[in-house]
Amino acid sequence: MNEVAVQAADFDVGAEISALTAADPAAGAVASFVGLVRGGEVAAMTLEHYPGMTEAALADIVTTAKKRWKLRTVRVIHRVGRLLPGERIVFVGVASAHRGDAFAACEFIMDYLKTRAPFWKKEETAAGERWVDARETDNLAARRWRDGEED
Amino acid sequence: MTLKILYFASICEAIGSTGENFDLEPGMTTLGALRTALADQHPALLTTKNLRAAVNRKMCDWDAVIADGDEIAFFPPVTGG
Repeated sequence: MNEVAVQAADFDVGAEISALTAADPAAGAVASFVGLVRGGEVAAMTLEHYPGMTEAALADIVTTAKKRWKLRTVRVIHRVGRLLPGERIVFVGVASAHRGDAFAACEFIMDYLKTRAPFWKKEETAAGERWVDARETDNLAARRWRDGEED
Repeated sequence: MTLKILYFASICEAIGSTGENFDLEPGMTTLGALRTALADQHPALLTTKNLRAAVNRKMCDWDAVIADGDEIAFFPPVTGG
């Protein structure tokens, strides 16, 4: 199974988590994150991406995480296309021997995904469509991991 | 040199195109020079706050050197996740 997937289809969170450690008795911990479309004034959102670069950027992020922490298996799934409130957008699952590595790597992968993977969200609201602005808090979240990193 | 240019998200909408082939004048060698040259036709490339770009599918700074045949993409800051 590929470590990263960019797809229109939904995913099964339980099956993905189980698959991380199914053939790996050395794994002692799994941390996962699921991102959802927030409801409220947003009626739907469409995710656009840069085919080819997106997969490469996600794979780079996973490679960086694997160099930084002791990880067993990593899986990142990001959906594209039109999604409704409550629908899943992204899954990050990390298996490791001990929980510290899984927790940290899971958060790191999400923080880097938010600032480095070429996805763009467009929201549909009662007032019309609008592109989502990048948030400075996401840049700060990604930056806090940079100590000691080469690039 | 001839470059394959791609536009994404709000940049694609502002320009009204997903991309084009572009001949950059001899003597111009950087991503920043390409951006300025393209902005004659597409002002959004200069007016967009925090415009980002990728060379051959890697995010790059404006001083990155580009070469004939490169795939160059322009887009706003990313908002996935």
